[in-house]
Amino acid sequence: MNLTTNLTGLELKNPTILAAGILGTTAASLKRVMQGGAGAVVTKSIGSAPRTGHPGPVVTEREYSILNAMGLPNPSYREFVSELALAKGDVPVIVSIFGANASEFQEVARGLNDAEPDGFELNVSCPHANGYGASIASNPDAIRETTEAVKDAVEVPVWVKLAPLTNIVEMGLAAQKGGADAVVAINTVPAMAIDIESGFPLLGNKVGGISGPAIKPIALKCVYELYSALNIDVIGVGGITNWRDAIEFIMAGAKAVQIGSAVYNDIGVFKDISDGVARHLKENRRSLKSIRGVAHK
Amino acid sequence: MMATNVRITDIVEETPSTKTFFLDASLDYIPGQYVMVWIHGVDEIPMSLSYPNAITVQKVGDATSALFKLKAGDRIGVRGPLGNGFVLKGKSILLVGGGVGTAPLAPLAEKAKNKNISVKALIGAKTDRELLFVERFEKSGDISIATDDGSRGYKGTIIEVVSKLDLQEFEGIYSCGPERMMSQVLNIAKNTGMTRMAQFSLHRYIKCGIGVCGSCCIDPSGLRVCRDGPVFNGEQLMDSEFGKYMRDGSGRRILI
Ligand SMILES: Cc1cc2nc3c(=O)[nH]c(=O)nc-3n(C[C@H](O)[C@H](O)[C@H](O)COP(=O)(O)OP(=O)(O)OC[C@H]3O[C@@H](n4cnc5c(N)ncnc54)[C@H](O)[C@@H]3O)c2cc1C
Ligand SMILES: Cc1cc2nc3c(=O)[nH]c(=O)nc-3n(C[C@H](O)[C@H](O)[C@H](O)COP(=O)(O)O)c2cc1C
Ligand code: FES
Repeated sequence: MNLTTNLTGLELKNPTILAAGILGTTAASLKRVMQGGAGAVVTKSIGSAPRTGHPGPVVTEREYSILNAMGLPNPSYREFVSELALAKGDVPVIVSIFGANASEFQEVARGLNDAEPDGFELNVSCPHANGYGASIASNPDAIRETTEAVKDAVEVPVWVKLAPLTNIVEMGLAAQKGGADAVVAINTVPAMAIDIESGFPLLGNKVGGISGPAIKPIALKCVYELYSALNIDVIGVGGITNWRDAIEFIMAGAKAVQIGSAVYNDIGVFKDISDGVARHLKENRRSLKSIRGVAHK
Repeated sequence: MMATNVRITDIVEETPSTKTFFLDASLDYIPGQYVMVWIHGVDEIPMSLSYPNAITVQKVGDATSALFKLKAGDRIGVRGPLGNGFVLKGKSILLVGGGVGTAPLAPLAEKAKNKNISVKALIGAKTDRELLFVERFEKSGDISIATDDGSRGYKGTIIEVVSKLDLQEFEGIYSCGPERMMSQVLNIAKNTGMTRMAQFSLHRYIKCGIGVCGSCCIDPSGLRVCRDGPVFNGEQLMDSEFGKYMRDGSGRRILI
């Protein structure tokens, strides 16, 4: 079964992609995920200066989900250039970037250009790092400006990763207007948990974002709405753990899917999912293209 | 694995810089496994279990200093046991420990003794007062000590003691301590054809502890110290970053 997917001009051997921030800090771990069958990988979000992130706990596991407030730890783009160059390999490597404003995003993108990433993903949606993400996430003008600024600076495809907001379609349209090649939906959903014995919030940053199966229905609805409203590709992410989930997202309109939290259960989840999708399509004599968006009836 | 709250029942001062915190919960674990210790409102950090119900901590920075201020009766959060542990094999084993790295080796020595495995422990520290768990090793087998200042045992590094031994006597080597020390142990193991039989407990920056964030991955294999480790055999560490560099909390490389 042929699962090759042309996503914003990139040839993917299958439509599963490693989500940003999961095992994405070093070339070695990205390569390990590629060997696990991913069709493309997205790096950890990279910014303009080194950050160690929030104090711990940075994650807490709940039933059906992971809550995290990593706080965008990253070595800075200057340091990451050499890592990115090493990561380049058999499948496209997309570098996720963040910044406080459009010009900082542009600076980071320019700085990483030398390492020739296959694309950029703009993290305008991290829910828990002060000064980053949240201020841009719900501001359509800022999303458009940021997208334009990065598009001006690079030659490769630019994806814009959106936050699960009530007005996500407005944000998607703003990204499209700014020249985005695709939108990615969704980032983690703002959330928290409290340890009732000590009374302390369970994350060092107090609040964070939830991912994993708990958010799948939210992500699916976002993808569904974006597919209807936008002319550019939609990449689905949020709670995908098996091939059925992937098919569901494709039926909602996703051209490809990203997988993050499910790596916790199995680092080789990418191969399992694409094998499952291939089997399902073969049994039903369908193609990826023929099922994409079929839920819009 | 969700964090559970445990109470500190007793605090024992082991050396001027290390204390053992006994907890009111006993974990079913393999020596070498660790827990994420949550010091409420401060940070969450990895600590090896030195007993099923205790961690032995060296004060080095903010989180460990905050831990040192706690008293019996205070609560901390514990997530684990996490990672893999040492795999015990053979009839006769060698332990090589340095500094606070000795902490996971003491329960390993006791487990080995219970299985009738003969244990030789080589324990190093800067000075006599910094030696950890000497009695536990004495009770579990044979012990040799090295101190930098010669205040007890051999004057010099534990590596000099290792290189005087005939390693062929042992069917396994288990090491935890400063990485420079461990990488010399790996070299010696390599030269005697014992790479696969040598196990090392690695120290890398652990944040999530569950294998998703990527902060602890080693080059070039991408193995996760938090989940695939912290214990690796020499074969897995050959031609790796081990002994050369590690990464800080932001992911920047720092030379060892
Ligand atoms: C698997 C494992 C088992 C460990 N077992 C023990 C033990 O039994 N006893 C013991 O005293 N120490 C142990 N450590 C080391 C211990 O985690 C650090 O000393 C501690 O995190 C320091 O925290 P801090 O805030 O006091 O220091 P900081 O001031 O934050 O940092 C001081 C140094 O500690 C290290 N460090 C800081 N945070 C982390 C982190 N999240 N993960 C790893 N290293 C960190 C870094 O090398 C840093 O340079 C272990 C580490 C690992 C990875
Ligand atoms: C530990 C962790 C770290 C993350 N870091 C980032 C990040 O740096 N940048 C980003 O855009 N998204 C980040 N995310 C969000 C994921 O990329 C993804 O959007 C989200 O987890 C939903 O997908 P999932 O349910 O498959 O995990 C992170 C998620 C987790 C769990
Ligand atoms: S500490 Fe997060 S992957 Fe190991």
